[in-house]
Amino acid sequence: MRLHFERRETMSRPVMLAAPLIALVLAMLTSLILFAALGKPAGQALYSLLLEPFIGWYNFSEVLLKMGPLMLIAQGLAIGFRANVFNIGAEGQLIIGALCASALPVYFPEGTSALMLPAMIVLGALGGALWAGIAAGLRSRFNANEILVTLMLTLIATQVLNYMVLGPWKDPHGFNFPQSVIFPDAALLPILLPGTRVNVSLPGALIASGLAYVLMRHRFAGFQLLVGGMAPRAARYAGFSEGRAVWISLLIGGLTAGLAGAFEVAGPLGQLQRSVSSGYGYSAIIVAYLGGLNPLGIVVSAFLMAALFIGGDNAMVSADLPVAAVFVFQGLLLVFYLGSLTFIRHRLIFSRGRPA
Amino acid sequence: MTILAFILAGTLAAATPMLLAALGELIVERSGVLNLGLEGMMALGAAIGFVVTYQTHNPVLGFAAAALGGILLSLVFAALALGFMANQVAAGLAIGVLGQGMSSLLGKPLESQTLTAPDTLAIPGLADLPLIGPVFDQDIVVWLTLLLAVVIWAVLNHTKLGLILRAVGENPHAARAIGFRVLRIRLAAIAFGGALAGMAGAYASTIYTPLWADGLIAGRGWIAVALVVFGTWQPFRITFGALLFGALSLGGLIAQAGGIALPSQLLASLPYVVTIVMLAVISSNRRRMRLNTVASLGQPFSG
Amino acid sequence: MTPLLQLSGVSKRYGGVHANSGIDLGVDAGTIHAILGENGAGKSTLMKLIYGVEKPDDGQVVWKGQPVTLTSPADARRLGIGMVFQHFSLFETLSVVQNMALIVPGSKADLAARIRDLGAAFGLSVDPQAMVHALSVGERQRVEIIRCLLLNPELLILDEPTSVLPPQSVALLFDTLRALKAQGMAILFISHKLEEIRDLCDTATILRQGRVTARLDPREGSARDLATLMIGREVPPAVQPTPHGLGEERLTLSGLDYASDDPFGVSLTDLSLSVRGGEILGIAGISGNGQQELAALISGEITLPRARDVVRLMGKPVGDLGAAGRRARGFAFVPEDRLGRGAVPDMSLADNALLTAHSRGLVQRGFIRRRAERAFTADCITRYDVRTPGPQAEAGALSGGNLQKFIVGREMMLDPQVLLVAQPTWGVDIGAASDIRQRLVAMRNAGAAILVISEEIDELFEICDRLQVLHKGRLSPSLAVGATTVDEVGTWMIGAGS
Repeated sequence: MRLHFERRETMSRPVMLAAPLIALVLAMLTSLILFAALGKPAGQALYSLLLEPFIGWYNFSEVLLKMGPLMLIAQGLAIGFRANVFNIGAEGQLIIGALCASALPVYFPEGTSALMLPAMIVLGALGGALWAGIAAGLRSRFNANEILVTLMLTLIATQVLNYMVLGPWKDPHGFNFPQSVIFPDAALLPILLPGTRVNVSLPGALIASGLAYVLMRHRFAGFQLLVGGMAPRAARYAGFSEGRAVWISLLIGGLTAGLAGAFEVAGPLGQLQRSVSSGYGYSAIIVAYLGGLNPLGIVVSAFLMAALFIGGDNAMVSADLPVAAVFVFQGLLLVFYLGSLTFIRHRLIFSRGRPA
Repeated sequence: MTILAFILAGTLAAATPMLLAALGELIVERSGVLNLGLEGMMALGAAIGFVVTYQTHNPVLGFAAAALGGILLSLVFAALALGFMANQVAAGLAIGVLGQGMSSLLGKPLESQTLTAPDTLAIPGLADLPLIGPVFDQDIVVWLTLLLAVVIWAVLNHTKLGLILRAVGENPHAARAIGFRVLRIRLAAIAFGGALAGMAGAYASTIYTPLWADGLIAGRGWIAVALVVFGTWQPFRITFGALLFGALSLGGLIAQAGGIALPSQLLASLPYVVTIVMLAVISSNRRRMRLNTVASLGQPFSG
Repeated sequence: MTPLLQLSGVSKRYGGVHANSGIDLGVDAGTIHAILGENGAGKSTLMKLIYGVEKPDDGQVVWKGQPVTLTSPADARRLGIGMVFQHFSLFETLSVVQNMALIVPGSKADLAARIRDLGAAFGLSVDPQAMVHALSVGERQRVEIIRCLLLNPELLILDEPTSVLPPQSVALLFDTLRALKAQGMAILFISHKLEEIRDLCDTATILRQGRVTARLDPREGSARDLATLMIGREVPPAVQPTPHGLGEERLTLSGLDYASDDPFGVSLTDLSLSVRGGEILGIAGISGNGQQELAALISGEITLPRARDVVRLMGKPVGDLGAAGRRARGFAFVPEDRLGRGAVPDMSLADNALLTAHSRGLVQRGFIRRRAERAFTADCITRYDVRTPGPQAEAGALSGGNLQKFIVGREMMLDPQVLLVAQPTWGVDIGAASDIRQRLVAMRNAGAAILVISEEIDELFEICDRLQVLHKGRLSPSLAVGATTVDEVGTWMIGAGS
């Protein structure tokens, strides 16, 4: 008896839809075993992780709040991933976006101009795009691997943020906490749903999803990116510029991450903090994959991941789990998803005969 | 101890975890596989190594457990990359996240605990030299890591095993046609890389900074991946690169010695900035990259 | 006498495809046995089964009267079976002797000495210390053959060995093979070139669609008879280009120099050529002599920003233009590798049409017009007789010949002024190949300028008006097809032309 994969003639759509669900179930089972092994109340942990986020309006609204940045960034990253441009530094681009957006309220803490908020959003988006643009320039001019460059830029961005919130931008009346002054009202996003913290970042992310869908499904530019990702030599043969694909991918990824950063400081945080991101930039990579790099799939997976974040916060309290449990769960989710993905184009065959 | 000797000695110790991990990744990449999960494997090894050494007071046991942890996580990667023919970049990221999460989870109860670093092993004669003597008074892992670089060089260039590994990395289809079990060889290479990454993590947590702090690997795994590129897949160049980064990570001390006051964040960023610059400088020589790179790197292979 | 190797009822399936079914084959010591069949007939699969690369699903293999199970090439080598692969199983970054050391035991000094001895004995001289990437294709073949001979095989398998050799070297290879046969070695010789088989082989087994259709002595009966057995019907007649008025110069290269920045690539020196409307210029030569670089320099996949004038399309300098720019000026290109370059395997045929035919109204203001895309694709499928379920089928699911017809059709439907076709019939069955050649001639008659790069000399003589030969990055002068011979072209192919 031996097992091996055989290529299917065409992709299997049912498997494509089922893959994230299978991954979710397997990740749940594995983490159940893992938490139990660590002596944590596994049942309670899973309840907190997976069900509590949907119990009660406030919890649910927090899920919607977290969903915005995750979806926004994941849409930007997925475009690059499909073009084989691996921007894994959205975390850093988010931080730089948050920093750029914060400059205005930090320097004009009494500002009341109606232009402040739009200007912050534009600055945030530009900052993120610029940070990613460094990687694009180095890749297209010097052939430097964008995976490593974007990651290094993230580590640098973290240090820049630390420097700013511990140094020049530290709130003088903030009891030495690593954070800026509280932003004025003119620098804050309006609340969409009264009684919650849900702001414009969610509709913004949904609009971005629509744009991503149109780009990848209906625009020739999106098609060119896809060809570059699936068959780089075919893209060169057809005359689709590789440099352009690198620039577009990284700039869009940086732009969405920077935007998310601006939305965070102008939204739920209301100031620049050292912990401005809570790992959105990394989690968005997983959101992008789990959504099948498909704009519609990402809407669903962002919702799922946001619930997981809220669930993780709950589990910290109720099951004495560290934040890291969420990352373990995310990692397992991606591992199982990548495994089940294979079944879209292949089927598993049992064959009699000698082992290979 | 003179400041020069202090810095040189510190450089060797700081370079060791990066070098150890990079040498493992070198073998993995020479077989044609790109495992970007180094940071996660190191983090896991760091936590396991720390916990086991803390419990048993036996550093050898700690290293062995860390190696085992690294291997197990690398086997998850191997299952995805080899068994399921998954995208290697994504599979590496997945085990990276998993490893870092597991590391925090395991290390949590021992937050801020310390260990006593093992004794050093002085090289007789050299360690008594004036000025630079302390450079030759290091823990045994430093010496073994340097020795390993030489061994790997010799194996790659002068043994049949090395030829087979290079053949599989250059052209897996041809290697299979003349009868080599490509997937088995790659599996072995991945596990070897996992073991070294696990031990590299253990070195960082139990010897280099014998104190548990979450996230103590701090990008070293990624720098190790970059080192393999800088070193153009050659063990001695990788060793040189690791020493350079070892020195850079002591930037604070060096700046202090020179009497320069710089924000600590700037100094902490230095290795990352240099990584980017070196990457650009070395990668821009396309001809040299093409000559040294592993032809099938990152491409899935079935059968 | 017991045959050296006897297969009975051997079968192999890949997915739903029966690559080999119920093959019976006997090979005697001291004979050269031809395996004949067109592309896709199952020849290569059969050889992989004999060499242990793949395992049969059914059937029995008997070696010297003993049933054997071959689980790996190492098993096969231990029994005394050696194989020379069509696309070589050598490693470019290793030296010749290192390549040997991978499967042949012994010290390097010892191996180097034996390599020299064998080279001298069989006319296969090669430098043991040379790096493989620096060797020509012919030299690489010698390395492969020597590597087999070092293990003293009793059966040597050669997969399409002459496709990489100029005519003169084919004679030398045959001398070597006859010398080996005289020593009692059995040789399995795979080819689709019928004259060669009639010249060299004692027995022939003909495969069609994975089955044995005939066993015969190839010296009895004509090449035409063999061909009919091979493809199962009458051979399509050769096309007859008619003399024809010439148009203006459409594509010119004047003194093109190109230093490859790929250390494994070929540099080109002082290439000049010119193609006019209404003619087909053929570039002959063994691949690996600069064909890939030449094609990429003409297509714009490699640009020459500092030498714009060296490449001209329709009289205008285009050296600095990329592939898209050159296509916009009326250039089209069928590349030698279909999957991954001429077509994206995981995309539908409709999307593969969009790849280069986007300027034919398939895109409007940046939006893809799906309806137009489907219509264009359906049209291409009908007009060029592509056998496929429809425009939504993935390119990777098509057979080599059908995909080639699709790509040729797509490029021809762009109505190019200049068409470049590289290796038009590589890996294509005889029916599709003849179809493609006829269409190329029809396009020439309609006034297009066509450049064909091919290593099949017969094909070039059939369709071209003029030939130039590419050897080590240099081009021979133009030779009119009516006024030259295969021998003269062959002389240029080994760089010995005057």
